[in-house]
Amino acid sequence: MDKGKAVMGSGRRWAVEFTDNSTSHSSRNIPDPPGFTRVSQEQDDSATSKQKKDAEANWKAQKAWEVAQAPVKNLFMMGFMMWMAGSTVHLFSIGITISALLQPINALRGVGKVFEPYKDNRVDLMLPKLVFIALNLVGLGLGVWKLNTLGLLPTHVSDWVSSLPPAQEVEYSGGGIPLV
Amino acid sequence: MNMAIRVYLLLFLALSYSYTAFSLYEDQVGLMDWHQQYIGKVKHAVFHTQKAARKRVVVSTEENVVSSLDLRHGEIFWRHVLAPSDVIDQIDIALGKYVITLSSGGSILRAWNLPDGQMVWESTLPGPKASKPLLLVPTNLKIGRENVMFVYGNGFIHAISSIDGEVIWKKELASEGINIQQLIYTDGSDTISAVGFVGTHRFGTYILHAKSGELLKYKSMEFASGFSGDLSLVTDDTAVAIDSVGTSLVTIQFHDGLISFHQTRLSHLIQNFRRAAVISPSNIPGVFILGTDNSVTLIKVLSRGELKVVEELGHATAVSDALFLPGGQQAFALVQHRDGKILLTVKLDSDDGTSNLLEETIHLDNQRGKVQKVFVNTYVRVDRSNGFRVLIVMEDDSLFLLQQGEIVWSREDGLASIVDVKPAELPVEKDGVSVAKVENNLFELLKGHLLKLKGTLMIATPDDVTAIQKMRLQSSGKSKMTRDRNGFRKLLIVLTRAGKLFALHTGDGRIVWSRLLKTLRKSETCQSPRGISLHQWQDPHHHALDQNPSVLIVGRCGDSLDSAGVLSIVDAYTGEERNHMEHVHSIAHIIPLSFTDSMEQRLHLLLDANRRAHLYPRTAEALDIFQRELGNIYWYSAETDEGILRGHSVQKNCVLEEADNFCFDSRDLWSIVFPSESEKIAATAIRSLNEVVHTQAKVTADQEVMYKYVSKNLLFLATVAPKAVGPIGSVTPDESSLIVYLIDTVTGRILLRVTHHGSVGPVHAVFSENWVVYHYFNLRAHRYEMSVIEIYDQARAENKDVLKLVLGTHNLTSPITAYSRPEVSTKSQSYFFAHSLKTMAVTLTAKGITSKQVLLGTIGDQVLALDKRFLDPRRTVNPTQAEKEEGIIPLTDSLPIIPQSYVTHALKVEGLRGIVTVPAKLESTTLVFAYGTDLFFTRLAPSRTYDSLTEDFSYALLLITIGALVVAIFVTWIWSEKKELQEKWR
Repeated sequence: MDKGKAVMGSGRRWAVEFTDNSTSHSSRNIPDPPGFTRVSQEQDDSATSKQKKDAEANWKAQKAWEVAQAPVKNLFMMGFMMWMAGSTVHLFSIGITISALLQPINALRGVGKVFEPYKDNRVDLMLPKLVFIALNLVGLGLGVWKLNTLGLLPTHVSDWVSSLPPAQEVEYSGGGIPLV
Repeated sequence: MNMAIRVYLLLFLALSYSYTAFSLYEDQVGLMDWHQQYIGKVKHAVFHTQKAARKRVVVSTEENVVSSLDLRHGEIFWRHVLAPSDVIDQIDIALGKYVITLSSGGSILRAWNLPDGQMVWESTLPGPKASKPLLLVPTNLKIGRENVMFVYGNGFIHAISSIDGEVIWKKELASEGINIQQLIYTDGSDTISAVGFVGTHRFGTYILHAKSGELLKYKSMEFASGFSGDLSLVTDDTAVAIDSVGTSLVTIQFHDGLISFHQTRLSHLIQNFRRAAVISPSNIPGVFILGTDNSVTLIKVLSRGELKVVEELGHATAVSDALFLPGGQQAFALVQHRDGKILLTVKLDSDDGTSNLLEETIHLDNQRGKVQKVFVNTYVRVDRSNGFRVLIVMEDDSLFLLQQGEIVWSREDGLASIVDVKPAELPVEKDGVSVAKVENNLFELLKGHLLKLKGTLMIATPDDVTAIQKMRLQSSGKSKMTRDRNGFRKLLIVLTRAGKLFALHTGDGRIVWSRLLKTLRKSETCQSPRGISLHQWQDPHHHALDQNPSVLIVGRCGDSLDSAGVLSIVDAYTGEERNHMEHVHSIAHIIPLSFTDSMEQRLHLLLDANRRAHLYPRTAEALDIFQRELGNIYWYSAETDEGILRGHSVQKNCVLEEADNFCFDSRDLWSIVFPSESEKIAATAIRSLNEVVHTQAKVTADQEVMYKYVSKNLLFLATVAPKAVGPIGSVTPDESSLIVYLIDTVTGRILLRVTHHGSVGPVHAVFSENWVVYHYFNLRAHRYEMSVIEIYDQARAENKDVLKLVLGTHNLTSPITAYSRPEVSTKSQSYFFAHSLKTMAVTLTAKGITSKQVLLGTIGDQVLALDKRFLDPRRTVNPTQAEKEEGIIPLTDSLPIIPQSYVTHALKVEGLRGIVTVPAKLESTTLVFAYGTDLFFTRLAPSRTYDSLTEDFSYALLLITIGALVVAIFVTWIWSEKKELQEKWR
């Protein structure tokens, strides 16, 4: 009861926690039950750890590749959305294009973070990272291409001359029909 | 949170509905526009002051207006503006209920109902030859049961029924080539006589039976010395004239066909008589008025034709016609000037001399000039004596009613004849507005906004609604005398035909100052001065801001091209004349140059009839600036009579007897001769000098660029076949063609020549940026047409390298010369248009970004705004999707007239002559001033006011919306918190 704590919500008024998570020996004054040896468990660890770590590394590498290939799905979806949006400038197409541009940029900015959980000395993350970056760049390219098809990129002459003032004239001439 | 969004959306919707639509709502009339009605300089006036009806005076004016004015306040009861070709000759009142006007040289007689101005009948009185038109309305002459009046015009005398305008009888009196001067009918008799001159040496008189028109008698008699000038009738059987030498007066008596002459030498009558005597037209029985160059003399005709001087008066005296008083006496009014005041005298005229009935002095402001005309009327005072009211017309065309020594009302009718208009800025607002005023303003502002809010939410009471409307009309200092941020408040400097300068405030149209220019008044040296144009002389914008802006007034003494010119410079804030030059060289062209001196005075080049150029201002600095630019200054003249367009350059100083550094000779460079048998210059158009063009490129929907050919030196010139100058119908379509040119006025190069077969003038055109729009009549289609030409520079079209443009290494903005061969391409299109036009203009904005509207002054005296988008040569029947997105309207054969796009909405600018557009400081807005007999001013936003909130935007509503939103956010936040808590406890 002394270690119990009431959990709010979920319909219960109170509860007692019976499990003890504490592992340090000093904090306990109760001896281990017979037949349970703490040491043997730790020794057992060392025996299986190598195998376990290999598996983990494999798993991490696999996961990293998965993450690296994730933008492909995104690419297809973006492509589909862009096709749906059409080539005229309106709220929908602009929104899609902006998200198509922002998503790869954000992904690229967070490359390190994305691969953080899979960081391991034995796992070579370089290749997945490169693939990830390349795929995102493709996504970005797609976004830029969309921007261009919408005519929002200043690639035309018209984008640079639209506020060009008229040239000055050297000569000046006036007159007309004589004033009567 | 959903709740908040919903609330916000609702409020947003409510807010967006409060934006104004494109056209005007009924209650917005008068918010930013004003309209003033005038009648012009009064020629004739007839009083109608019978007891029962409202007292009124019927006038006809130089502007061809016949109008009935309220005698109490001077307001217009009704008004009709006749066509300029239908000049009113005489007016009178018949039967006490019809206003009779005789116009078109005695050809058209009309009767208008006196109370409401409806036309009752109209008669046309054709005849073989033109003659002096005369109208005689006897008070009680009846033929059968009908009252008659007599009209002489085109060689015929007509007796016409007053009731329906039927011609009862007519008789030709032109058989011997007689020039009838007067019609005489003596009350009670049954004969009517017509007197006049046959040639210059013979006097003739016809006596006709008034009821049948039968010629009873014709007598004529030779007078050896001959006559000059007009015949002036003194009594029913006496007239006076001046002999052909101009030295003696001839009294002619023609009682019952017996003619006798009596000659009196003028030098016997008037001391110091020199020359130039004229008999002023007057109508005082027994008396006539003789005007010499320094005096006005009243002369009485005694029995046997002897003459006696009654009174000799000063030079500037006006005398009225006789007024018959109830007691059988007659009186007339005299107005004289005496030390800045005017002296009004009403004289009683009897057989034994004259006596003064009334003598009053009235103070008028000194910008009125001299009295031109006097009309007198009588009324019966409370004490049964005769009172007099006098209508006077002044030199500046204004009209005054004087009664009991006071001005009852006045009308500024000079504004009906505006010659030219120029805008001027108002002074900048000074600092140091007192706090109290601001507080007051703030309170007023809040109160106003609250009222407006009530109006928007439709909870305003009728009282509130009127208060709102009143507030809007007076709106927030629109008539203040300082510059505003949007540039809506300006002065319109206006020059009238009478030579008076007015400054009108654009806020409410009131007169800020007025000045009768001394240089444009008649004087010894300048007999018939006339104002020609106004020019911006000094318009401080960048430096010299302590200087007031000023305008240059250019005038001329006389009507011919080589008569001497007069110049004045007038301060635009105060109306004071800063400088004036009289009797300078003749003035044929005025070219404002694009240079200003250190005082921001604009350099002007004035060209005289001998093709010499004179530079103004006459300062060393201006000369220095001009000398530097001399090689690049050209001028051209379109000689319409010879059909030649000539180009000139300005050269070295001219060789004159006395050296003049400011005079330059010009050299002929080129000329274009139009074949005189097939072409006659009908119209020219150039771009407005102060037009600003934002960009030289036009971008189409498919990202292509077209470079506009923007040049200030382009002239649009239209010629028509000489035969087709007459009215429509004078030529067949095969004989007539309209040819349109675009000419570079520096080199004389013809850039474009287009022929419209089967089309005739009148041609109206506007030139703006790189396009011309013109209006003409198509004889084959029997319809008016409008065409547009857009000019593009083909040489620039190759600038397609984006990199160059990005880096700025192109030469698109480097100065260009007209001598480099321009490669232009043009696009044009024509459309039918329903209206015939009087004038045309185009909107101007401060930076030239806003799209343009063409302003059309229609024949119905209204101003119609037509979007330039309708006049786009790229219109096609089926525009592509991209073109539609660009705003290209599908092509139709005629231009639509959208009733909402009438700038003048329900009003008419009678006698419309011109439209002036002035850019406001706010880019979206342009100020439009239309003038004719009436004045109209408004603000236009061709692309709507995209850069400001509309005036009736409810700030209170906006604030309340924001407040409500904040509250809604809090409320919904609390709600959602509560709800979440409840969820968790469940």
